[in-house]
Amino acid sequence: MKPVFMTYTKKDLINLAICMVLSVIIIPTFIKTEYWYTSILIPWLCLALATIGQQIVMGYTGQLALGAAGFMAAGAFAMFNLILRVPELGFIGSLAVSGLIAAAFGILFGLPSLKVRGIYLMVATLASQFFIIWMIDKFGWFKNYDSSGIITAQDIVILGKPFTTPLAMYFVCLAVTAVLTLLAMNMARGSTGRNWMAVRDMDIAAESMGVSLLKTKVQAFAISAFYCGVAGALFAFCYLKSLEPVAFDIKLSFKILFMCILGGLGTINGAFIGAAFILLFPVLLNSVGNNVFHGAIDATIISSIEQVIFGLLMIIFMIYEPLGMAKLWENLKQKFGSKLTSSNIKNLKSSLSKKF
Amino acid sequence: MIDELLFFMEVLVGGLLAGTMYSLVALGFVLIFKASATFNFSQGAMVFFSVLAFCGFMQDFNIPFVLAFILAAFLMVIVGLCTERLVLRPLMNASEDTVLMATIGLGYVLEGLAQAAWGVEVRRLDLGIGDFPVPWIADNLKLFISALDITAGLVAAIMIIGLFLLFKYTKIGLGLRAVADDAGAASSIGIPLKHIMLLVWSAAGVVALVAGMMWGARAGVQFALVDLALKALPVLIIGGFSSIPGAIVGGLIIGATEKILEVYIGPFFGGAIEGWAPYVLAIFFLLYRPEGLFGEKIIRRV
Repeated sequence: MKPVFMTYTKKDLINLAICMVLSVIIIPTFIKTEYWYTSILIPWLCLALATIGQQIVMGYTGQLALGAAGFMAAGAFAMFNLILRVPELGFIGSLAVSGLIAAAFGILFGLPSLKVRGIYLMVATLASQFFIIWMIDKFGWFKNYDSSGIITAQDIVILGKPFTTPLAMYFVCLAVTAVLTLLAMNMARGSTGRNWMAVRDMDIAAESMGVSLLKTKVQAFAISAFYCGVAGALFAFCYLKSLEPVAFDIKLSFKILFMCILGGLGTINGAFIGAAFILLFPVLLNSVGNNVFHGAIDATIISSIEQVIFGLLMIIFMIYEPLGMAKLWENLKQKFGSKLTSSNIKNLKSSLSKKF
Repeated sequence: MIDELLFFMEVLVGGLLAGTMYSLVALGFVLIFKASATFNFSQGAMVFFSVLAFCGFMQDFNIPFVLAFILAAFLMVIVGLCTERLVLRPLMNASEDTVLMATIGLGYVLEGLAQAAWGVEVRRLDLGIGDFPVPWIADNLKLFISALDITAGLVAAIMIIGLFLLFKYTKIGLGLRAVADDAGAASSIGIPLKHIMLLVWSAAGVVALVAGMMWGARAGVQFALVDLALKALPVLIIGGFSSIPGAIVGGLIIGATEKILEVYIGPFFGGAIEGWAPYVLAIFFLLYRPEGLFGEKIIRRV
């Protein structure tokens, strides 16, 4: 396919337009209930952003990392302190700086990736998870010496205008996520992404081809942590509306790992699919429990079943489709789309003409 | 001076004995790593699953101790069988990272099943061994050491000797070592891969049960046991993933350093540093000796 604008093909631009129309016009006009924004759309966007961060380091660069929630916590608390102490920065400025602070942590804890890989690296990233949460918990300065443990997040004010309704916050999340997603897609298909994938597929070979392992890996960790940091700040300010270290524990890291893997490793749209699935599936299961069985099943049983199904899905995907739901979607498209492509029609015509 | 020394000894011995508890958990990982060269992330869930089943048998069905133990061990053999058949065999030729992620999934399944079957509340497990200082040692040596710690140390020692003998002197152990070295070559000379895998997973299950009983007696049988898998990671990195003595030494090192750091350095940072100190220790080990103290050197080729 020929690119029509810079390196984008017609198909890319159409997809972009569809997404934009859907998220900016259709969703706000048709969805009026607050529940959808506060409990589904906003966390979906935030977690999808964090999952993109996880994708960059795990899906594209092939480094097994398990500390996304730690970087999210770093971003969230950096945001809180920046707005509190440096109000001149404004919301967007603080968001960017808190992402950079998270990125600094990413570089620090990404350094072991130069020497170790696989499960060994996972331990190093676990250290970051536990260390960041402990640090925020133990030093009162980060929480502005608040003793209650839960701090209320400040209101979002951009250029003097408050963004406090669910719809407004949805637009804030949407704008940030859209910009960062486009950026991630560009990086992934540019030379940066090529280097990441070269390191993922065979690091020693990549090194002998002249790809600097140090630069590539550290860059991937920094960018990944930046995405997680921004996502964490949005997650705290738009969804939780409060800040507590417990919200960013190891369970959230696992959740993001699941989103990344079930969605499809090494794909950006997989991040959105995976996040949607992990968020919506418990909602669906709960409503089935309430409406079909009318609460006859205990809530704890339902959450246990949910866990079993997540685990089973993980195993099934690993066995049958290690590339996740994004690949499944791709396969479906190919199956139904291939019947209509021009070359196929030509083949069909020629085979038909031979027959008759 | 003497008092300080005694206090240090007490901290050290307490740490070392607590370390054997970590070693018990780490043993299960080593067993599976030896046979399938993968880190079994579900080991923590297996600990939780097995000991919760044991408690359930004993408390809900009033089955006597020994019978409940046998039943729980049998259950773990079934879990091992299912894992081998449904998870490991289809993933025979998959990469290590893929298998690792599948075991994370397996852990979720086991946690969910355990909670669905036995409920979510914390259960008390009374083994008849108190978690308080033994009076005889306290009187004679002026050291306060818990009876449970000593039992855990003894149990760990017995299991390690047993496993060591199994690996070293039996035909099964020889087969196991061959499989660990090269699964393809081992199966081509007629070593039954299926049986070896089943045996290893069952053994890991029983080890998990014993570890769970020790931890359950100390802290209650609860969901937090799952996190033991994460706690065992630094132990394995220090000791080496494929070495049984390594698991023990790693556990002792982690246990002792954790306690000493917490008592002597922790107060300067506001305490609770044992949450991350083992991991940082593990990182330092990784930078200087990535294969661990007793592990085999990893050589990679393009």
